[in-house]
Amino acid sequence: MEMVNRPYAAAFEAHAVANPDVLCLSADLTSSCEIDGFRDRHPEQFLSLGMAEQNMLSFAGGLGLAGYRPFLHSFGVFLYRRPYDQLMASIAYPRRKVRLMGFLPGVTTPGGMTHQAIEDLSVMRTIPNMTVLESGDATEVESIVAAADSVDGPVYCRVLRGSVPRLFDTPLEIGRMRVLSEGRDVLVVTAGITTEEAIRARGALDAAGVSVRHLHLNTLKPFDAAQIVDHASSVRHGVVTLENHLVTGGIGSMVAEALAEAGLGRRLIRLGLQDSYAHGGSRPYLMKYYGMDALTLVRAIERLTGEESGIDEDALGAVRLDAVHSAVKAEAL
Amino acid sequence: MRNSRSTEDIALGIRRRVFEHAMRNNGGYLSQACSAAEQLAFLYNEALNLGPSTMPMVPEPFGGVPSAENRDYRTGAGYNGPFDAVHDRLFIAPAHYALVAYACLIETGRMAAEGLEMFNRDGSSVEMIGAEHSPGMEVHNGTLGIGLSTGAGLAYGRKRRGETGEVCVFMSDGEVQEGQTWEAVQAAAHHRIDNLWALMDVNRQQCDGAMDSVMEVGDIATKFRDFGAVVAEVDAHDLDALREARTTPHEGRPLIVLAHSSPTQGMDFLMRRFPRLHYVRFKTAEERAEMNEAIAAELGIPPVELEAH
Repeated sequence: MEMVNRPYAAAFEAHAVANPDVLCLSADLTSSCEIDGFRDRHPEQFLSLGMAEQNMLSFAGGLGLAGYRPFLHSFGVFLYRRPYDQLMASIAYPRRKVRLMGFLPGVTTPGGMTHQAIEDLSVMRTIPNMTVLESGDATEVESIVAAADSVDGPVYCRVLRGSVPRLFDTPLEIGRMRVLSEGRDVLVVTAGITTEEAIRARGALDAAGVSVRHLHLNTLKPFDAAQIVDHASSVRHGVVTLENHLVTGGIGSMVAEALAEAGLGRRLIRLGLQDSYAHGGSRPYLMKYYGMDALTLVRAIERLTGEESGIDEDALGAVRLDAVHSAVKAEAL
Repeated sequence: MRNSRSTEDIALGIRRRVFEHAMRNNGGYLSQACSAAEQLAFLYNEALNLGPSTMPMVPEPFGGVPSAENRDYRTGAGYNGPFDAVHDRLFIAPAHYALVAYACLIETGRMAAEGLEMFNRDGSSVEMIGAEHSPGMEVHNGTLGIGLSTGAGLAYGRKRRGETGEVCVFMSDGEVQEGQTWEAVQAAAHHRIDNLWALMDVNRQQCDGAMDSVMEVGDIATKFRDFGAVVAEVDAHDLDALREARTTPHEGRPLIVLAHSSPTQGMDFLMRRFPRLHYVRFKTAEERAEMNEAIAAELGIPPVELEAH
C-alpha cells in the first residue's frame, strides 16, 4: 500500500494559489497543520491569528463578509469547543464560506482529552447550515480541499496529516459514499481511519466465509440515509458502525436514525468510544484499547452472525492491504 | 448622506422616541438611550460615510433565517446604505441597544416611525435584541464580544481589496469583560488594521448593575493601548469632543474612542433606579405615571398618553 507524506500541504497550496479569494488562517499550529511551507512561500495569503480561536472564528466571519473564503487550520478540537458561540453566530448562522480544517480527529493524537476531537461530528452535524466531511485516505485528503471550497456555506473537515495511506484513486465527491464491497451477511459502515481497519477485517472475514458489505463515508452531513437503508436491507444479519468518535451523535447515531425512520428492523452494533473520554497514547494502542480496531470489528460481526470466525490478531496482521481501484469491481477486492 | 438636522436635535429625538416607546410598552432600554443618543446620532449624522438606505421605510416582516433554501434572505444592513467600496460599514456590537439604534434610523430618515411599532412583535424583523435581519444590523451581536472581531475581519478584507470605505464598531464597555474583545484588539494591531475604529459607550453599567460591583475592569484605556490600539477619551455627550476624537491619527492601528457617558443623561429622574438601569420596568401604575410626567418634562414633551389598564 502506498503511503503519502503530507498530502494536505501540497493539495492546499495548489488550490489556494489558483484561488486568490482563499486565505490561509492559522492559530499557532502552522507546521502541525502542514501549512508552514505555504506560509513561507505565500506570506501575502497567510494570516497568523495567534492562539486566540474565538477571535479567529469571528474574524473569519468578517473576511467572509468581504467575499473571502478563509481556510481555518487548527486541531479539530480547537475549532469548536472553545469558540462554539463564535462558530454559531459568526460562521454557521450567516452561512459564511469558512472552511474549518480540523486536524487530528478522534484518537489520531497522543495529546489526550484536551486534544482529541471525539464529539466534533455530533456537534457539527447538529448545526444548521453546516456541511461535514471526513477524509479517510491520502486521496481524500488531497481532494477535500477543493470539495470543501465548492460548498456554498461553512464546512467542517476532519483532515489526516503526516504519512497517510492511499486507499482510493478517485477523489472525494460530496454526498457520494464509497461502496467498497457488496456482501450479503453484514453491513459495515466506516469513515476516516476506521475504513482501513474494516478493510483489514474484511480480508480475514472473506477467507472465513463471512460476506461483508462495506460502506465508506466521507460526507457526514448531508447524510445519505436512503442509501444506508438500502444497503442495510440487503444484508442478513445486521449492521456494524465503526467510528473514530463517540458512538453517540456520530455515525452510529446517524445510521440508527436512518434505520428507525425507515422502519427497517436490523440489529445494530455501534463501535467507537462508548460514552467515554480517551487518554493520550499511540493511535494503534488507543484504537485497540477503546475498541475501534479490526479485531473489535470482527468480534462484533461474530455476535451478529452467531458464529465464531476463528480470526485472531495474527490472521488480521497477515492481511495484505491494497488500494481500492475504481476500475476494479468492488466485489473482487 | 448628510441629514439636514443637527446631531444634537437627532440625539434629543432618539431620547424622546425611546422614552415614549418605553412608556407605552411598560418598560425598555431607557438608559442606553441616555448614554448613547449622541454617539449614535454622531455616527449616522456625521462621522460615517453611509449611502442612502436601500431598504423599505417600513421594515418587512421576518423573512426566515439564512439557509440554502432561503434565496431571498438579506440582512438589515441595507438600512445603513449600499455595500460598495467607498461607503463605511457599521456594526452595532451590543445588540441590546437595538431600540436606540432603531430610533436613530427613524430620526435620520432611514426608517419610518411605524418601524418602532413593530418592535418585539411576533413575526417582525424589528427584534428586541437586534438580529442580523433587523434594521441597521448586519450580523448577530447579541452574544457580546464578537462584534469587534467581525469588524476587524471585514476591515482586513476591505483593505486587501483596496476599498476606501472603513469599518466602525459601536461597542459597549461591558464587552471588555469578554476575553474575545482583547483577542480582537491584539489581532487588529498585529495586522495593522487601521481602517477600523470603534466608538465605545462607557456608561459603567451592565445587566446586574454597576460594572464595578459585577466585575472590575480597571483602566481600560491603558489596557487597550497596551494591546495595541490608539485610544481617545471623551465626554460622550460633548459632540465637539466626539468630532475631535474621530480625527485622532491611528496609522497602522485601530482607533478606539472611549465615550464616557451618563446612563441617565437627559432623564435625570432615572437616577432613582440607579444602579439597576439595564432594563427599566414599572412595578406599579403610579410609578409609571410619575416617571412619565417627570421625564417628559425633562425632554420637553407632553407626557405620553397611556392606555387605560
